[in-house]
Amino acid sequence: MNSLHLVQNEVPLAWYLVLSAVLFCLGIVGFLIKRNLITMFMSIELMLNAVNLSFVTFAHQWHQVKGQIFVFFVMMVAAAEAAVGLAIIIAVFRARATLAVDRIDLMKL
Amino acid sequence: MNENLHLWLIPLLPFAGFLLNGLLGRRLPKTIVTSIALLAPLGSLLVVLNASRLGFQADSLPHVETLGDWINTGTLHIDFNVVLDQLSLVMLLIITGVGFLIHIYSVGYMHEEEGYWRYFAYLNLFLFFMTVLVLAGNALLMFVGWEGVGLASYLLIGFWFQKTSAVDAGKKAFVVNRIGDFGFLIGLFLLLANFSTLSFSEIASKIAAEPAMMGGVLTAIALCLLIGATGKSAQLPLYVWLPDAMEGPTPVSALIHAATMVTAGVYMIARTHFIFDRSPFALSVVAIVGAATAVFAATIGLVQTDIKRVLAYSTVSQLGYMFLGCGVAAYSAAIFHLMTHAFFKALLFLAAGSVIHALGGEQDMRKMGGLRKKIPITFWTMTMAVCAISGFPFMSAFFSKDAILAAAFTSGGSLGKVLWFVGVVTAALTAFYMFRLWYLTFFGESRNPDVHPHESPAVMTVPLVILAILSVVGGWIGMERFGAYLAPSVGARTAEAANSQIEIVLTVLAVLAGAVGWYIAHRMYHRRPETADGLVPGTPAGYNLLAHKYYVDEIYGFVIVKPILVLSKYLLEWVVDVAILGGLAWLLGGIATLCGAILQRWQSGNLRSYAAWLALGAAVLLAFVLAPYVFGATGIDMRWAGH
Repeated sequence: MNSLHLVQNEVPLAWYLVLSAVLFCLGIVGFLIKRNLITMFMSIELMLNAVNLSFVTFAHQWHQVKGQIFVFFVMMVAAAEAAVGLAIIIAVFRARATLAVDRIDLMKL
Repeated sequence: MNENLHLWLIPLLPFAGFLLNGLLGRRLPKTIVTSIALLAPLGSLLVVLNASRLGFQADSLPHVETLGDWINTGTLHIDFNVVLDQLSLVMLLIITGVGFLIHIYSVGYMHEEEGYWRYFAYLNLFLFFMTVLVLAGNALLMFVGWEGVGLASYLLIGFWFQKTSAVDAGKKAFVVNRIGDFGFLIGLFLLLANFSTLSFSEIASKIAAEPAMMGGVLTAIALCLLIGATGKSAQLPLYVWLPDAMEGPTPVSALIHAATMVTAGVYMIARTHFIFDRSPFALSVVAIVGAATAVFAATIGLVQTDIKRVLAYSTVSQLGYMFLGCGVAAYSAAIFHLMTHAFFKALLFLAAGSVIHALGGEQDMRKMGGLRKKIPITFWTMTMAVCAISGFPFMSAFFSKDAILAAAFTSGGSLGKVLWFVGVVTAALTAFYMFRLWYLTFFGESRNPDVHPHESPAVMTVPLVILAILSVVGGWIGMERFGAYLAPSVGARTAEAANSQIEIVLTVLAVLAGAVGWYIAHRMYHRRPETADGLVPGTPAGYNLLAHKYYVDEIYGFVIVKPILVLSKYLLEWVVDVAILGGLAWLLGGIATLCGAILQRWQSGNLRSYAAWLALGAAVLLAFVLAPYVFGATGIDMRWAGH
């Protein structure tokens, strides 16, 4: 009875996936059209979290913990990447006084 | 009984010497280079002497030490195994003993050389490969040593690489040896195909297990091995490299091109005697090659004027004797002559080196003369060697040459008699050219008053004296005892026990032949030197032919070298290299450049364009993966189902 109640009130799987896809596309679009490095960086985070959402969804759907574990990995790597990425962004800004990605397309500083 | 003799030390000590001197020698002081270079062969010699304790316990030989697997694939199994038996022990004693003496001598001879360290590094490398060759328990390991001594020989012939002639001589030696090695390799393949092993003992037992196996494939194998042996041991038709090899330093000529390396072919035939024994045809070929080479080289030696070239042709000729011995299945006699030859020919070369040293590099005998009083030790040791090689009674070669000639005479058939006759003629020629060298060098008046000869230092004369003693007493062990000792390794010849009367007659004839040679040389070059000078201006056709070494080099040049050069130039260089390979390379390069020109547009440096391509690619991949699920029910699956 209890479980039936739960099922009836549960948000359908597709909703989560659609949300995840929307977030992911927002991330892509943000990454492609924005020129500011920090905004692009945030777009990447958005994509990562969209993927995280789908991982969690499927983990719940199939009653498997693997997906959730994977999410932790993704978050951990994202945190590390953020640390490195932001450091690079600061270094770039100090050197070039701009964060417009079109202006920093040379390997040489 | 089967104690560990550490035989692997014998090759490895010289190799360590090679590595040390070769890598660091340039920076080390001369004394350290010298001590490394001398300690390495001395160590080997001590290990060999230690091992030779086993040599007299016939039941503990052959002594095999396996160092591990080398090749182990399915049917083919080859070990790193070294074998000590009577044959390899004798060879090792010669190589390390004479080798050590020559190392000592070299310290004096090469003292002034800039590449002192390089010389000793190469010399140690040679000892390494030579001992590997001799110790090898299978034909492949022997081949490694075989190739290696060729390399060391090449390096040492071309030691004075600033001299074009030395470099050319090194190349010639290498190329001619490669031709022989090719035959050796084919022989190895045939062995492998027929016996599926390369271990000497296994092949021997497999052949022994089939008494009916005669000729056929064994003849083919034996002839291939013979080609290898003629290359390394400078026999007809591949002897041409050895006289040119005299461009190397004289101690090298003594060690490599007289005493040890060039005898590798004889050793190889003795080592594989069980194959030759089953092929009378191959044996006759060996004997004929040997006898022909002996007399051929001896006649060339008659008129050479360079002291080292006389000795070089003499070496070729003496090696011919050894082949003759092998060819009449008297392997122990051949090895016996190999041993005495190692003593007296090393001595001849070292004494010649001492003469050259005394005269400040002069090698032309026409500019020598009258050296008897000025360099007495060299003179007396050289005299011993000249007497030994001429078969003077009770000197070493008297016994060994005699053993070979007697074996040839009693080998049966008219061929044996012919071979014996050729051998005796060669003995007379040998005595003639050796005494010619002796008289021209040491007697008469000095023909070059500008130089002031001086005796060599003790470091050079002591090895001379030791070798002189060995040249005299080396044969006293006697053929019978030596043959009996070697019998377990190379088999005792089953020919009829020689009639002692015949043997005495043969001995007397051989000694007489030597005496005749000496007498003619004495008349022409000592009593009446003008007769020899009178020969040159007249230059009879025969003399001219000999002086030009039968034009063999010219013939080879015209028949083999020239066509290959022309072929290389016009077909290989212009057609194959320039047109085909060059064109292909140009085509490939063009394609790559074109592709690059197109693809480089992608490399815009714009981060967003990269990201867009990435996203597009991901979308395409995703579409590709998902398409069957989306359209599966309608089109695609139905088609694949085959309806």
